[in-house]
Amino acid sequence: MEPFIRHTGTAAPLRRSNVDTDQIIPAEYLKRITRDGFEDGLFSAWRKDPDFVLNRPEYQGVSILVAGPDFGTGSSREHAVWALQNYGFCVVLSSRFADIFRGNSGKGGLLTAQVAQSVIEELWTLIEADPSLQVTVDLDARTVRAGDLTADFEVDDYVRWRLLEGLDDIGITLQHSDAISEFEERRPSFAPLTQ
Amino acid sequence: MGRTLAEKVWHNHVVRSAEGEPDLLYIDLHLVHEVTSPQAFDGLRGADRPVRRPDLTVATEDHNIPTIDVDKPIADPVSRAQVEALRTNCAEFGVPLYSLGNVEQGIVHVVGPQMGLTQPGMTIVCGDSHTSTHGAFGALAFGIGTSEVEHVLATQTLPLKPFKTMAINVEGDLPEGVSAKDIILAVIAKIGTGGGQGYVLEYRGSAIRGLSMEGRMTVCNMSIEAGARAGMIAPDQTTFDYVQGREKAPNGQEWDDAVAYWKTLFTDDDAEFDAVVDIDASTLTPFVTWGTNPGQGLPLSASVPSPDDATDDVDRVAIERALEYMDLTPGTPLRDVAVDTVFIGSCTNGRIEDLRVAADILQGRKVKEGMRLMVVPGSARVRLQAESEGLDQVFLEAGGEWRGAGCSMCLGMNPDKLTPGERSASTSNRNFEGRQGPGGRTHLVSPAVAASTAVTGHLSSPADLA
Repeated sequence: MEPFIRHTGTAAPLRRSNVDTDQIIPAEYLKRITRDGFEDGLFSAWRKDPDFVLNRPEYQGVSILVAGPDFGTGSSREHAVWALQNYGFCVVLSSRFADIFRGNSGKGGLLTAQVAQSVIEELWTLIEADPSLQVTVDLDARTVRAGDLTADFEVDDYVRWRLLEGLDDIGITLQHSDAISEFEERRPSFAPLTQ
Repeated sequence: MGRTLAEKVWHNHVVRSAEGEPDLLYIDLHLVHEVTSPQAFDGLRGADRPVRRPDLTVATEDHNIPTIDVDKPIADPVSRAQVEALRTNCAEFGVPLYSLGNVEQGIVHVVGPQMGLTQPGMTIVCGDSHTSTHGAFGALAFGIGTSEVEHVLATQTLPLKPFKTMAINVEGDLPEGVSAKDIILAVIAKIGTGGGQGYVLEYRGSAIRGLSMEGRMTVCNMSIEAGARAGMIAPDQTTFDYVQGREKAPNGQEWDDAVAYWKTLFTDDDAEFDAVVDIDASTLTPFVTWGTNPGQGLPLSASVPSPDDATDDVDRVAIERALEYMDLTPGTPLRDVAVDTVFIGSCTNGRIEDLRVAADILQGRKVKEGMRLMVVPGSARVRLQAESEGLDQVFLEAGGEWRGAGCSMCLGMNPDKLTPGERSASTSNRNFEGRQGPGGRTHLVSPAVAASTAVTGHLSSPADLA
């Protein structure tokens, strides 16, 4: 995984709460067996509306999504992360993320930066007034900057470290194979086997 | 200080703990299905890694499969390719698989418990958010993404930050006709779709103790709809009786050892929860959703809410959007909402007990003309059991469809879908926009409300039937 230190780009306002992963990518698109090509399915129901924010000319080329609270609820599908990344998003900002979505994002290198809802509202106002405004999300400093606005964001310490270093979780865990083997010897004999 | 149930199970699975790092947790059972696993197996192949414990891993086909003509090749080539990828991957990596046509096939969360693989005190994961279902047995069970699926396949562990714990106390006697589904819909309406974020919920109290295992699974299944990755219920005699004698359950001395251990799995009297929610079971009534997330629910006796009822601007916009999508007018009694299709099934309510409740109501009655009733058992074994009890004949004689096992109309990725604008009363778990098919409108209900609605044509409870 490529290290993520900071990102600067334009941002799209998504003025909706409870954006569930069925909206981010409907089940119909989950039949593929690769990790790419999911950009077509991103928000596919909403993108049928020509006025939807991602269809508007001024928000083409955005890489930061500024969303309402409870983003990523529902299904555990990691395809939601892949769809956002395949479309070109590097960062999602929200005042609250669903747990599984947030975990999946950390694994895949999509930064979910949690800020107060008041910061979201300020960002919405700024990027609606000037869609070309450059927004900088600095993972090293844990800040988001746009125009005169500077705000801190929350991100899990361990996820931040992994993203900054670009580390692969499985590689880290496999360094502890001996501890796993020792644990396996202590497991009770009544624990079920599948075969 | 004592420990909560969730903390005990967590503690018993810590492989490694270090300051500033997540705990490394051992996983006792990994359930796999066709949709969230292909990229994980590809990852293993690319890194030349084996599946560490194929004997703690089991796969089934459920999301992407048809529920009729199951003896024929899957018609949709993309779906067929995904199911075939699972078959190839399981064969290559030595993972047992229950394919379409096998008597053990079914929805992954129905199959685990019915085989006896789901037992108290275990850690259970699956690339599916409704893995919370297995918490009904006092297991710590939660959904994971595909990167985590790959991680568990490779290491049989997951690095995790400890959860907070929330007690959901449901005390009192449930009124006649009120079920586990009504309890959980009321819980979600009370704490909201984000209320459980970061928590493991523990359902407690006399109303929970009084539920069957099927009912407990229904409650734990929808923990994720309140934002909680996991929900748990302390195991008791009801749990032991359900597990005993199943194919993968321990026998003889091992059974005694297991039960002795399982009896230690409860929240200590002096343990503290990070949050507590109290619900009076005696006040509950049949519950239905009116909106586009599972927190947007009300008693069936209520009316469609108005944006003016909103607590803040975000809530107001959410209600307005939901009413527009659902094509509902504020003030309309929920009982007056006419429905096109009734779906009985899913990992929430596709078990034998759910089908018995529905059949009991439909016995000697007819589905209202012009309506569609789809009954989809949660597993091939549930289907066989229902047929041995004659339930299939009740559904067919009422004018319903009796299908093969799978996720079916719970999610729009197999041939069972709503058409745009079509309205369903569904025993499934999600009423998101388009969840049951693009443009489809979903009201989440219990099996009893679903069956009653099929008879009257509008949202109804058994009390509304003559």
